Amino acid sequence: MSSDCFLSMQSIYKRFGGTVALRDVSMSASIGEIHALVGENGAGKSTLMNVLSGAVTPDSGRIVIGGAPVTMSTPHQANRLGIRAVHQEFSLVPHLTIAENILMGRLPNSGGLWVHWRQARSQARTILSGLGFTALDARTRVSRLSVSHQQVVEIAKALAEKPRILILDEPSAVLSKDELALLFSLIRRLKAEGTLVLYISHRLEEVFEIADRITVLRDGEVVGTVPTVSVSQDDLIRMMVGRSVEEIYPRRSVPPGEEVLCVEDLGREGEFQKVTFSVRRGEVVGMFGLVGSGRTAVARSIFGAEPATSGRISVQGKPVRLRSPRDAVNAGVSLVTEDRKRDGLVMSCSVRDNVSLASLPRMGHGMFLDTARQTVLVQEKVDALAVRTAALGRSVRTLSGGNQQKVVLAKWLLSQPKVLLLDEPTRGVDIGAKVEIYHLINSLVETGVGVLLISSEMPEVLGMSDRILVMREGRLVGNLDRAEANEEILLQRAAGVINSGGQT
Amino acid sequence: MKAAVPFVDRMRETARIRWSDFAFVGIFVVLILISSLVSETFFTSRNLINISRQIVTNGLISIGMLVVILTGGVDLSVGSTVALCGIMATGLQKQMPMPAAILVALVAGIAVGTANGFFIARFKLQPFIVTLATMGVVRGVTYVFSETPQTPVDPAFRALLGGGFIGPVPTASVIMVICFFVIWVFLNRTIPGRAVVAIGGNEEAVRLAGINVKGHLLLAYILCGFFAAMAGVLLSSRLGIAQPSFGAGFELDAIAAVVIGGGILGGGGGGAIGTFWGVLILGVIDNLLNQYNVQSYYQQIIKGLIILAAVLSRRKK
Repeated sequence: MSSDCFLSMQSIYKRFGGTVALRDVSMSASIGEIHALVGENGAGKSTLMNVLSGAVTPDSGRIVIGGAPVTMSTPHQANRLGIRAVHQEFSLVPHLTIAENILMGRLPNSGGLWVHWRQARSQARTILSGLGFTALDARTRVSRLSVSHQQVVEIAKALAEKPRILILDEPSAVLSKDELALLFSLIRRLKAEGTLVLYISHRLEEVFEIADRITVLRDGEVVGTVPTVSVSQDDLIRMMVGRSVEEIYPRRSVPPGEEVLCVEDLGREGEFQKVTFSVRRGEVVGMFGLVGSGRTAVARSIFGAEPATSGRISVQGKPVRLRSPRDAVNAGVSLVTEDRKRDGLVMSCSVRDNVSLASLPRMGHGMFLDTARQTVLVQEKVDALAVRTAALGRSVRTLSGGNQQKVVLAKWLLSQPKVLLLDEPTRGVDIGAKVEIYHLINSLVETGVGVLLISSEMPEVLGMSDRILVMREGRLVGNLDRAEANEEILLQRAAGVINSGGQT
Repeated sequence: MKAAVPFVDRMRETARIRWSDFAFVGIFVVLILISSLVSETFFTSRNLINISRQIVTNGLISIGMLVVILTGGVDLSVGSTVALCGIMATGLQKQMPMPAAILVALVAGIAVGTANGFFIARFKLQPFIVTLATMGVVRGVTYVFSETPQTPVDPAFRALLGGGFIGPVPTASVIMVICFFVIWVFLNRTIPGRAVVAIGGNEEAVRLAGINVKGHLLLAYILCGFFAAMAGVLLSSRLGIAQPSFGAGFELDAIAAVVIGGGILGGGGGGAIGTFWGVLILGVIDNLLNQYNVQSYYQQIIKGLIILAAVLSRRKK
């Protein structure tokens, strides 16, 4: 068999209940290629990769690897064929060490009984330093690592047995710029050594930087496979959403009014200090910073989730003490957290229950719930946000990522906030849903809400904000007007690099 | 507004419910069929009244256990609370009028629940461990209160509660059914009830929604203590005696009823209607096995297998 078709997936079909996840999907890729897979949420990227990694059995179709048809019904079989996947959700055991996690299932041993710890540690160290992370101690428990370091361990785990096919599903979501650069150089090295890398990402900038070819999926079907050099970002977006997105970042027409949120010298021990800024009615203030810069901590302390230890906050000119989320909600401050699965949604509950959660006191007579009124209020927001769900009684678990995020937003819109803190509101959301969320932010702002938009995506911050705050190491290091900001300036401030002359 | 929702839409809302969610109804029907085939006495009114009386204890405890399980917790101390409150309601009749004795017993149950809820909510301790500790403490307190069985002084205690009838139905059973209805309304139609259900699904999301999680946890354990106290009062009233050894292992029957009815330990599933069926199923099994003089060891084996079957039928793929 020729090497330009090392992996070939042919006519893959997969249904989940009533929905078709994959319809007649065929794609092929060769050794030493970095092949990106893009598409909106729910387009079938993850399902296709789950089929390839043995986590999902297709209803029909063939997979051919190296010229031989293979059957895979378990991840174990896929592993034996040299296929390794790094999923969005980590598969690490938090209370075990880095070494144990990396070498899970193949700790060096004698007689299947005695573990050779020294050997295990040195093997883990070798893999980690290959990734450029020499500073990580293989004896550290995974639960003590930052999210981005956990991601590194997850990747190291996939590399422990040299894979022939490596699947990376949104690996960059939690990585900082530097870490991402390290990951990219590693991916290029693997490519040179003859590994096929399949790379799934929402961030088209990354895809253009790293991929040789791109396969676009939409609604469970392949739209096409194109060499990266022959397409533009706009082409790709058009292929993904099936329509041209003229304006990803829509304009607003309302000038900002008086201050709705004023934060002075806010601090929380060990996280951030002396943070001072304000948000006006009808204004979007962006907040940019690298992972660990304290931007999320600032939002959580304004919201009272982890209250500030120093400083003052006032809402609409009135000083308030926000010591719990309850105080914040009562004061008209809402927070959309960055991780909707962890702390945004109650997965076992219905759309109706989730949207109601922050507004329950308004929905009853005394202690009793007025379910008719609840349904009307919830339906109104669900319609306004175009949440695609079969019924309000459906569990939110059945919704796609973008629709889940809309449910979170609906919950906070229903609570009628004066100040809306958005922490990565479009994380893990496809472009179509992103644009809808941007429109929603704008229509909110036009009704007089003040928005603090925290994001690690520079185009988003630059595209949406009237002003931009930059955080670094727990301090506010920039308060820029939209006109004076650009990607380079933001990054310099955020990373603390002073750019002199033409050097970078 | 409500009537305007078309039937089809309502069907669609519930379309995701799988047959296995109704496993408890199926098990119950099968049980009834078996019972009527193998036992001539099963469908006698005497036996049916017997069953309806016998399930009251587990029924009331299960109501409280359901609320606690919905929050993602568990309460192991209910058996000890049954003993404490039974013996208080009975023994205290020597010193005070019967209604006052019952009131003190119920307050004692609320106190146990408050203690459980306080340690769990305030210090974020594991419910299993906290209630394991109070299970021992309360049992000890019961023996300190009275080492010997207590018999009620006031004859009305037996006549009205454990032995009383409303029409053809035992009073205690009526009380239990009312309690099930009340808890259904609480869980489905009240604001704190919805919060309790959500806490078991994702406590942090509920906290960040501006809801007082600690207060609701406390409420859940207080309700659990209260219903266990009621169970203790009614049990001693039915038997006409209260033993300090009452209630050992009752917590397991209550957990079983909740789980058979669709409850998930750790939160995120369960309801009043399902739990009611769970209680009925366990009650009928006990009755059937008793009629056949099956040793209690075998009863335990069979109950254990039924719990396993219920959980298996509902497991995710």
